[in-house]
Amino acid sequence: MNAPANVLANVQVTRAEVEDFFYREAALLDEWKLKEWEELLTDDATYYVPPNDDLEGSYKNTLYIISDDRERIRQRVIRVLDPNCHAEYPKSRTCRLITNVRILNVEGDLVTATANFVVYRYRRYQREFSYVGTYRFILRKTGDSFLIKERRVFLHAHELGKLGSVSFIL
Amino acid sequence: MPGVDTSNSEKARSFVIDDKEKGIFLLDREALVSEEVLRAEVSNIFSKCWIYVGHGSELKKNGDFQTRKVAGRPVIFVRDAKGEVRCFFNTCRHRGAMVCTERQGNLRRFNCVYHGWIYNNDGKLARVPGDEAYMDSFDTTGLGLKSPARFEQYRDFWFMCLDADVESLADYLGKATDYIDLVIDQSPSGKMEVLHGTQEYDVQANWKLMVENSVDDYHLPTTHSTWLNFMANSGVVVEPPKDKDLVLPTRGFAFDLGNGHFTTDNVNFRGRPVAAWIPLYGENAKPEMTAIREELVTRLGADRARRVADTNRNLVIFPNLVINDGSSVTIRTFYPDGPAKMHVTAWALGPVEESEEARARRLDAFLTFYGPGGFATPDDVEALELVQQGLANWSDDRWSEMSRGMGREGEQLNSDEHHLRTFWRHWNKMIAGAQS
Repeated sequence: MNAPANVLANVQVTRAEVEDFFYREAALLDEWKLKEWEELLTDDATYYVPPNDDLEGSYKNTLYIISDDRERIRQRVIRVLDPNCHAEYPKSRTCRLITNVRILNVEGDLVTATANFVVYRYRRYQREFSYVGTYRFILRKTGDSFLIKERRVFLHAHELGKLGSVSFIL
Repeated sequence: MPGVDTSNSEKARSFVIDDKEKGIFLLDREALVSEEVLRAEVSNIFSKCWIYVGHGSELKKNGDFQTRKVAGRPVIFVRDAKGEVRCFFNTCRHRGAMVCTERQGNLRRFNCVYHGWIYNNDGKLARVPGDEAYMDSFDTTGLGLKSPARFEQYRDFWFMCLDADVESLADYLGKATDYIDLVIDQSPSGKMEVLHGTQEYDVQANWKLMVENSVDDYHLPTTHSTWLNFMANSGVVVEPPKDKDLVLPTRGFAFDLGNGHFTTDNVNFRGRPVAAWIPLYGENAKPEMTAIREELVTRLGADRARRVADTNRNLVIFPNLVINDGSSVTIRTFYPDGPAKMHVTAWALGPVEESEEARARRLDAFLTFYGPGGFATPDDVEALELVQQGLANWSDDRWSEMSRGMGREGEQLNSDEHHLRTFWRHWNKMIAGAQS
């Protein structure tokens, strides 16, 4: 049976392409190049970190850690780059290790992909935090790269407590 | 400090210098770093005061339970098969193992995995495997799960107390109930509920610094300048203070509510999901928020409606419950894990009959300020941790200066330290009492 004419043909996408994109994003975040990072987002991009005790709840009726629309992301970047964002001044040093990259779904030009991550975050006085989780992104294929339409971050700890603040872009 | 006995002698010692004549209030920083003080707090405060356990709305159906630590004690907060809300120590009467390892859920029975003792959700011991090995006189009726000595509620806020001789919860809360009522008046039916999703964040600082921080409006312009900037970027005009004694755009007050409880009481400038619109909520929200306000006026009258919609308050119930009724409503509680560390837990609270849109707005407003990913809380955490790190010098730089507003007659401002002194005076009485 032929697909209806108004549905886009699914884009061709390889795991290596998605993996490269995850790596590129991670580098920008680790280097605090947040203005360049914002260029990876669609105009309607969202960024979510659900609470550890209700990972699948909706942000509309569940208290999240972070639930940003595109404008809130813009404001978040302004805030964390401001030297008066005390939680990130001096800036944390972060190092992201990304692995287990998988393409879950392709629908038209939208690609749902997941990756596991560890983000090591270092603050002054040798304080270390390890954020372990899974990224689930909805990516829009644009030419030979992607834009992020939805950026969802699941933290795997039972409780967020010892991770402290999520004051950087996770 | 001259003239002050700072020795650890057996007689009562004071951690504060409270000189009303000179208008000086100083806090001995040892109160924020000492293991010995923490031990005194556990025995004289956390074992003697009413401590918040949870909200009845977290247990919607019979059999619903939540496990959590309250005053350092693992407890089960549960609605039993008959609908009665109960609190049990999460400890098997046989050999002491925790009998419930799930964070939340619905159960008729709690099974100990160690030797298989089984308890009903009303705490009664239902089954002991191999009970023929016990003598006939062995009586299981006294071996139900143990409860804290006292467990009472005020408008579905449930508290426990480890001291059987404590006054009733209502007497303990005293005037603080007026402010709890004011928060609940947001709801047409007088019923609020805890929303799904828990925020947790450890802070590497003494727990009492969170008490101070939760009600300290002096710090807002400096600690939260990026939040004020965000508000301005979102179209909220934050006027500079008009009177020179103010640090915030509007005049706000601080009230001592007795028993160590206190609150700020401010004219709102930051928007309130209950009926004080700001551009951040979007044009679409206006009609519904107007309707919410009209309902408040009809139900409560104009004056009370104004109190609910146009004032905000940060309320401390001594020792460790904070209800922030500001950018949204939070229930926040915290408990020390050593003198230089605390665990913080926070929930959002909203009217049960709220529409989906209003609920989403309330949660979004919450995240503009509060929580580990909010635009303000992480900077509070940083400020408290900076205090704790600075206190490494406590023995050579011993006193914190907390005299702000001491000379003020009559009304006390939210940006003064009157309410912090209220806390410290009460705390000092309870701790000094312990050592006398």
